[in-house]
Parts: sequence; structure tokens; C-alpha cells
Amino acid sequence: MAAVSLGRYTGRRLLLGLVQVLAVLVAVFLLVEALPGDAAVALAGDNPDPARVEAIRAAMGLDQPLVTRFGEWFLGLLRGDLGESLVSGRPVAQFLADGLPTTLLLAGLTMLLLVPSSVLLGVFVARRAGGRADRVVTAVTIGLHAVPEFALAIVLVALFGVRLGWLPPTALGADPLADPAVLVLPVLVLLARPLCAVTRLVRAAMVDALASDYVRHARRLGLSRARVDYAHALPNALAPAVQQLARTTDWLLGGVIVVEAVFVIPGLGTSLVDAVAGRDMPVVQGLAVLFGVTTVLVNLLADVAAFRLAPRAGSAA
Amino acid sequence: MSDPFPTLRRRGFLALAGGLALAGCASTEPAASGPRAGGRLRAAFAGGGAKEVLDPHMASLFVEAARAKALYDKLADFGADLTPVPRLAEKWEPNADASVWRVTLRQATFHDGRPVRAADVLASYARILDPKRAFRAKASLAVIDLKASRAVDDRTVEFTLSRPYVEFPNVLATFSAYITPESTEDFTKPVGSGPFSFVSFAPGRSTLLKRYPGYWEGAAHLDELEFVLANEESARVNALLAGQVEYAHDLSPVTARAHEAGGRVKILRSPNSGIQAFAMKVDRPPFDNRDLREAMFLLADRPQLVESVLSGSGQVANDLYGKGYLHYADDIPQRTRDLDKARFLIKRAGAEGLKVPLNTSEAATGFVEAATVFADQAKQAGITIEVAVGDKDTFWADTLKNGSLSSFRSGAMPIESHVSQRLLSKSTTNVTKWARPEFDAMYDKAVSTLDSSARDSVYREMQRTLHAEGGYLVWGFADWVVGTSAAVDGVLTAPANSLDWARFDRVWLR
Repeated sequence: MAAVSLGRYTGRRLLLGLVQVLAVLVAVFLLVEALPGDAAVALAGDNPDPARVEAIRAAMGLDQPLVTRFGEWFLGLLRGDLGESLVSGRPVAQFLADGLPTTLLLAGLTMLLLVPSSVLLGVFVARRAGGRADRVVTAVTIGLHAVPEFALAIVLVALFGVRLGWLPPTALGADPLADPAVLVLPVLVLLARPLCAVTRLVRAAMVDALASDYVRHARRLGLSRARVDYAHALPNALAPAVQQLARTTDWLLGGVIVVEAVFVIPGLGTSLVDAVAGRDMPVVQGLAVLFGVTTVLVNLLADVAAFRLAPRAGSAA
Repeated sequence: MSDPFPTLRRRGFLALAGGLALAGCASTEPAASGPRAGGRLRAAFAGGGAKEVLDPHMASLFVEAARAKALYDKLADFGADLTPVPRLAEKWEPNADASVWRVTLRQATFHDGRPVRAADVLASYARILDPKRAFRAKASLAVIDLKASRAVDDRTVEFTLSRPYVEFPNVLATFSAYITPESTEDFTKPVGSGPFSFVSFAPGRSTLLKRYPGYWEGAAHLDELEFVLANEESARVNALLAGQVEYAHDLSPVTARAHEAGGRVKILRSPNSGIQAFAMKVDRPPFDNRDLREAMFLLADRPQLVESVLSGSGQVANDLYGKGYLHYADDIPQRTRDLDKARFLIKRAGAEGLKVPLNTSEAATGFVEAATVFADQAKQAGITIEVAVGDKDTFWADTLKNGSLSSFRSGAMPIESHVSQRLLSKSTTNVTKWARPEFDAMYDKAVSTLDSSARDSVYREMQRTLHAEGGYLVWGFADWVVGTSAAVDGVLTAPANSLDWARFDRVWLR
């Protein structure tokens, strides 16, 4: 019975996701259209000779009506063709292929460290709720969560990168695979806020779970404390954390733009900023497809996981 | 170029400055020695991200210009006073009325061994002039009548112009007019005749070049040259301090000031690299009033602007373009602040209590700061300037059409080019809308006068007019600041985009 409803639930969510992605594409297209100027104006830069801008516009096909341009791009998408950058003429797929490995590496490393550390820390303090360790961790996580990425990045770079010289301050010109040291500071910065958020969620849910009737019942049955806490309380406490982790994944994949800028990491966030600044519509749309699909899929997985962990939480969604 | 976090970078720097002041260590200057061959220099520039291209005719960012200069040659380039210096062209000779120019090419080869021929020159210019394309140098090259021009032999080109034009060598040196091998359209593996040849390119990340041993001017000292991109100034400085790069382009004056004495890096300043100005449109109220324009000139406190916006890395300007360049009217007395006279002129113009928006944006460093400081200064003369910060990506196109007062800056180009591109009735980027038949006539006279001293006096006359009643309130000339590691030698200082700027074939590593 649970398997059937899980399958139908997944199917319904997939369909909904497809609609969501479509809506995002139309919205992104219209939003970029609504920005002042177009790719021709942005490309002309400080030499905006009107005749030259007109010529660039014609060469880019920007003189076509809005619907035509979106339609052509969308038909290409159905054929699996993301089009070409207006500005450089390179295939959009190439932009994604260039930026994705770095961003995936950063996001993957961050998630790899985030999941065990935040869960363990959350459970650790939940089991000591109200104690000194709990108060210290609570204070630190609230405080650290309030520090913006760029401020933390600047402090870490100044201290460990430039002053002490322990770690490279930027990833400039380095290949992260050959020289993983360049990733240490960026990952630390990326890790800081989600770690605080997830730890606090796990802690709160775990405190609730530990105070619940079924945990008290399990204890009365004489099960060991560790068994009760980890096998019975924790799965219930993880449901909200899993959904928070999904949101963190979106955030990481969207490229934490500030972190990429400070550490000079040429990932997808940087591509997106450049493409929007250049009004390079096909690249913006290509990234929107990637982010849209990823967001829908990751959230779907999270909801399915939450559904499995605590079926009551999932059925409400 | 794009600078998504201008406030962040200033803050970033301030956080660093304290730490670095303590970390500075003394360096001992070894005895001067001659250039040494070898090594790879990594140069950090701000870039355009993944959209950048290797087509030299499309260059518009500093990194694209620097890379094009390493890979390619122009027929001429600009010296420090913005006079054209022969490069691929060995010499040029005009006919009697300067309407036909015979250009002799140097004996040079492309990286694949082919000689650079007259046909390559004509083909490159034809590509730029293609009516269906929109290359930046097109307007400057438009004076060439390509159909009537011809290759006399492999090393001689005869350019026929559509009119007599004494300043034709400026065209040969114009930004991005690089010579590519005939019928080149694919620039994924560029082949030029420059001091470095192509190795690899990852858009938005890095370009690796290597020494071309057959360069006509003698091979470069460096084995390899790598361009890496960091849009954040703080990242460029940090990478330089940590030894990740040996050359960091475009540093802020504040950074320069902080690191000059430290000894960890060398700071080099190139004077007269950029003009800083406010542009008033003379064809519409309120600045169609000559008295009001003069009042604006007089109420500006230039030393304060230079000190606060350029952090002292610059000089006061005199409402004229091109300090230190050929034909600059250095005999016109420097304008200084005169609030009483400004108030009197404002009254005479009937502009008391005037409120006017000043359009600015983050399109260039210091724009918004300069606008704010200037608004303060204008208030003391009873004029309310409302600083309006617009979109940085479309600022240049917006400022050409809209508003009446806006921020303005420009890199180095000859005074003649500045006039022809910005101050003639038919100029394509005439921000001040300065359009006067008698001024156009003076320009035509200047560019057809063969005698250089007679020509100079026409240019000075034009500048006197602009100084008295023009639309550009030029308040400062910014130094160009680059930083290098202590091991780098041979970096020359010159206005940005001139010959000796970002010229890596003369640089060596100790």
C-alpha cells in the first residue's frame, strides 16, 4: 500500500515539476526582456554608436519579435539543442559543460561534509538539550548564520590566505582537481550557513522526537538509549532536515555567486551573472533550464525521502 | 568592465589592509641586471567571463586588448604621447594632398611561418569594414576607399582615402585594427604575427601563449605568458600577494597606496590613462545656456575630486581631453574654483535654485562617488544635483540619448580621434551633442593641413573653444595602476591601450 501511493505521489510530483520548469522558462525570458537594453547594447559597451548597435542587433537576430525568438529557442530545446550564445557564438551546452564540473565539485564537497556533520552535531546537542554544550552550539550557530558569505570569505582570505599564507586565497589559474587546496576556503564559506541551519533543524526536531510518546514507550520497553535515539527518534527528526538539504542543494548549484566571485571560481553562478549582464538570452535560458530541472528533481527526491522517513509529513505535501 | 560587487571590493580591501600593514616585510633590491630569458608570467585581468572571444577585431575589454597585442600586430600603435609609432608598417608616405598613402610593411611572419603580405593587410581591413558586420574599428577605418586601394607588391600597400587626411597613421594604430592572415574567420586557434603564439584557451578562465621565436622585433624574454581572469579587484591583489600571479592589472588607488611601501609587490602607475568628466548636453535645457556651463566649470573643486575619488592617483584636469598628448593646449591657464563668479553666472543664466539630475551608474569605478562629491560642491553654489544611479550594463547607450548631465570617462586616444568620434555634428558617440558647423570646419582644416605647426595651432584654437564653452567638464586624469611581484622586471608605464601598456614581450622574470 505504501509503495503504490509513493509511486502515484512521485508521478504527480513529476508532472507538476514539468509545469514548474516551463513556467520558470517563460518567466526568466520575460524578466530578462524587461531589463533595460539588450545584448546589442550591452556588447556595444562604451562605444554605443546607434548604427553599430543596430547592425549588431540585426546580426544577432534581435530584430525578430519576442514570440518568434522564444518559439525558435523552445523548438530547439525540444530537439535537445540549447542554442548558441548571442555574444560569443559558442554553443550554450558548452557553457554549461564548462561551468558544471567546478560547481558540482564545490556543491558535492559541501554536501558531503554538511550531511554527517550537521546531523551528528544536531543529535549531539539535542541529547544534551539545555546543557552547556547545547547553549554554546546554539550561540555559535545563530551567530555564524548571521554572517554574510562575503564577510566570512573576506575574513578567511585575509587571515589564512594572505596573512598566514596557509591556503591559496583564490582559485585563480588553478585546476581544483590538481590542486584541491584552493577549494578549502570556498567550501568552508559555503558550509558555514547551511551547517548552522541544518544543525538547528535537526536539533529542534530531535528534541521534539525525544519527548514524544513513542520514544518514551520505546524506553519503557527497555531498549538502549542509543538504539532509541538513533533508530527510532532520528528518522523522524530527519524529515525537515532533508527538505532543508534540498533547498541547500538548489542554493549551491545556483552557484553561490559571491563565493565564486571572491575566490575566482569559474562556475555556473559566474556564468549566470555574466550572461545576465550581457543580456545573453540563450545562455540565461540554458542555465534556467538546468537550474529549473535540478531544483524540481532535488526537491522531488527530498519529498520522497521525507515521505519514506515519516509518511505523515509527505502526504500533506 | 563588469564589476558586480563594487562596494564589496572596497570593504574587502579595508578588511585586508589592517592585516597586511603588519605582514609587510622588508625586501632587499638585488643589483640591476639585464633581461633574463625564460619562465611563465601569469597576468590577472578583469574579464568578460565565458563570453570572451579570441577574434582580435572584436576586442573591447582590456584583457582582450592585451591578448590581441600579444598574439597580433597592428600596422602602427600609439606612443606615450599618443602619436602613432610604426609597427608592422615600417614607414608611411602620403601623396601631396594626403589622400593616398603608401605603407611599406616590415619583413614579418605569422606564427605558421607565412610572411605578412599586403594582401593580408587589405583582407583584415576589408573584414573590419564589412557592411554586414559591426566591428569596433569600422568607424575609424571608414575613411579608406577599399576598392581604390591596392597591393603594389607583397610588402607595399597603397591606401586611397575618400578625402585628404593627414592623421591617417592614427587609423593604422586604431584600437583593434589588428592584421590577421588573409581569409581568417575561425579564431579557435588564432594565428597572428605578434610576439607570442597560441597554446590554449579556456573561455573565462585562462589563455596560455608561448614565445614566438621568429618575432620581427626580436623574441620575447618570457617562455610563456598566461592570462587569467578575476573580476574582483580584491581577488587580483590577493592572488598577487600570495604568489598565484606575477602581474595584476587595474588595481585601485587605495590598494596602491596600501602596498606601495610594503615591499611585497611593486606598484606601477601610468599617468594620463583615463579622463574623468561630467558631460553636459549643450543642445537642451538647462545646459544649452553658455553661462550655466561656465558656472559648472567654476564651481567644481577639482583637487577635492582627485583626492577623494582617485585617492590622489591622478591629476587635476582643465576641461580638456588628452593632457600630455600631441596637440594638447597646455597654454590655456588651469581653471580653479571661483564660487562667487559661479553664483553670478548662475544668476545671469536665470538658473538660481536649479535642480538637475546627474545620471551615473556603476559602469566605471568611481562614477557614483564622483557624482556624490560633485553634488556636494554644486550645492555650495546653490544648485541641487540629484544623483541618479542607473543600469550599468546599458549606461553608455542610455547616456548617449537621455538626460542632460551624466558621468563620463574615456581611455587614451589621440585628440584628433576624440574630436572626430565625439565632437563633430556627425560623430557617432557625441554625448555632449556638441554640433557646430564652424567647429566641424576647423576639424576638416586640421586634418587636411600638412604643415604640422599650422595644424597644431588649429587644434589649439578648437580646444580654446571647448575650454570656454564646451560640454565636457573634465575634472581629472586617472593614473593606471598595475601591481607586479618583486621578481618581475621590464614592465613599462604608459597610458592604457598605448603601445607600452600591457606589453609582455619586454617583460622578464628575475
